[in-house]
Amino acid sequence: MTTRFKEALNSGQFVITSEIGPPKGTNIEKMFHHIDLLKDKVVAMNVTDHQSSVMRFPSIGGCLAIKERGGEPILQMTCRDRNRLALQAELLFAYTRGVGNVLCLTGDAVPVGDHKEAKGVFDLDSSQLLRTIRQLESGKDLGGNDLDGAVEFCAGAIVTPEADPIKPQLLKFEKKIESGAEFFQTQAIYDLENFAKFMTYARKFPVKILAGIVLLTSARMAKYMTENVPGIFVPQNLIDELAAAPKGEALNKGIEIAGRMIAALKKDSVCDGVHVMAIGREELVPDILAAAGL
Amino acid sequence: MKSITKQKTFDEIKEQLDGLDKVFIVGCGTCATMTKTGGRDEVLGMKDSLQEAGKIVSGWMVIPTACDEMTEVALKENSGAINSSNCILVMSCALGVHKIGSYVDKVVIPALDTLFIGLENEPGNFHEVCAQCGQCVLGQTAGICPLTACHKGLLNGPCGGTNKGKCEVDIMKDCAWTLIHQRLEAQDRLDLMRKYQPPKNYQATPRPRTIKIV
Ligand code: SF4
Ligand code: SF4
Repeated sequence: MTTRFKEALNSGQFVITSEIGPPKGTNIEKMFHHIDLLKDKVVAMNVTDHQSSVMRFPSIGGCLAIKERGGEPILQMTCRDRNRLALQAELLFAYTRGVGNVLCLTGDAVPVGDHKEAKGVFDLDSSQLLRTIRQLESGKDLGGNDLDGAVEFCAGAIVTPEADPIKPQLLKFEKKIESGAEFFQTQAIYDLENFAKFMTYARKFPVKILAGIVLLTSARMAKYMTENVPGIFVPQNLIDELAAAPKGEALNKGIEIAGRMIAALKKDSVCDGVHVMAIGREELVPDILAAAGL
Repeated sequence: MKSITKQKTFDEIKEQLDGLDKVFIVGCGTCATMTKTGGRDEVLGMKDSLQEAGKIVSGWMVIPTACDEMTEVALKENSGAINSSNCILVMSCALGVHKIGSYVDKVVIPALDTLFIGLENEPGNFHEVCAQCGQCVLGQTAGICPLTACHKGLLNGPCGGTNKGKCEVDIMKDCAWTLIHQRLEAQDRLDLMRKYQPPKNYQATPRPRTIKIV
C-alpha cells in the first residue's frame, strides 16, 4: 500500500505535515477538533507517543481517529515503553487498520516525564526499529519466524541538525537511512543558514527531509528552548524580534516568524517540506500556514 | 571490582527491624569500608543510633570480606551473641547479605542499598562501568560501555537528547555516545560505530544466572 503521504513525498510537491498531541484523559473532543481543522490543510498528521515521557492517550488511538475522520496519520513509535514483541504487535495492528506511515524514535528518557519511577524499556533503538519494520515487510518477524500476512509501511525517523556535537548525530542519521528510513522530520530549526548547510550534506542521500518548525510563543519561551532543550538553537535576532513585539503581540510575531521561515524554505526548495509543531496550540497551525502564504 | 552501596535511611532500617529488638550488626572490611557505608566507624555509629532508638545491640563485628568463604568462620566465632539476637543487620552490599543469610538460621536485614558495581575514578567518586550484560561490546565502543554509560543503553549511536555533549537526563553527566565517538575518532576506528548493531540478546544468560566453572 502506497500511502497518501508517501505519494506526496514522491510527487515533488512541498509537503506539509503537522502534529496532534493526544489528551491526558478520555476527553477526545479537542483532539477531534484539531484533526478536523488540519486534515485538509496538511498532507499528514503525526500523533505523538507519550511525548516528553508524559503518559497520554495512545498514538495509535489518535491515528485511528485521524483515519476515521478522513485524514492521513503518521504513527509515532518510541522504543521507551515497549519491548520488541509489543512493538511488532502494534505494527501488525496499525497495518491492518490502514495506518501506513510510521516515525521511529528512540523516545525521551523516563526521568524527564511524569512517571519518573517507571522502567525505561529501550529493548530496541530507532535504527533497530526501522530494520524491524523492513523485516516484517519481508514476511518474517524479528525472531525469524514466518508471518501469516506481512506489512508495508512508509517509515521515517528524526534528525537533529543543531545537535551539539553534530558528528555523532550525522553518523546516526546515515545509519537510520541504511536501516530503511525513507523520510526524516527534523527537530525544530531556526537558523536557516545552518539548516541549508545540513541540507547540502543531506541531499546526498535518497531520503525526503521535512524541516521541523516549532512555533515560538514568546521571547521567554524562545530563550528557554535555546538554553534548555537539547538540539535546539534559537538565534538571538529572533529572540530580540519577539522581545520587541508590542505587548500581547508576541504570539502573532511567533506566527509571522514561523510563516516567514516556511516561505523561505519553500521558495528556495531548501528541503522537501516542513513539519509544523504548535505543541498544544494546534489550532494556530492554519494561521502559520496562512502567514507562509500557503 | 567494588560493590557500591548507600546506607538506607534510618527510618527504613527501623521499619525493617519492627518487632526485632535484639540486633547483631555485621560490617564489611572491603567495599563497604571504602565507600564509608559499612566499615568500623559506620558500624559503631549504627550501634549508637539503634541503642538510642531503644534496640539492644547484642554485639557487632566487621568481617574482612563479607562475601568471602571466611565469613562462615567469623560468624561461628560470634555464634553466642548471634544466637541470642533476633536478627543480623548487615552493613555490606547484597552479596554479603546473601552470604550471611546462607550460613545463619537467623533473620538477615540489609542496612544498605546496593547501587552498582563500579570504579573509583577520583577519591570518593564512584561510577558504574558495567551492568554485567553477558555479551561485552567494549571492543566496538572504545572501552566505554553503552549499556551502562548511556542512560537508554543504546547500541547504534546517540539519541536526540545529546545536549552540548551532556546527557538529556542530567547536565552533569557526559553523553556516552559523544565520548565513544570522540575516542573512536581519535583511534581512527569510526567504522566500528558506523556498523549496525542488531538488537541485543537480553537472555544471554537467563535469570537466575548461574555458571559452573570446571
Ligand atoms: S557491554 Fe557493558 S554491561 Fe556488557 S559486559 Fe561489557 S561493560 Fe559490562
Ligand atoms: S544523551 Fe547520550 S547518554 Fe544520554 S541517552 Fe542519549 S545517547 Fe545516551
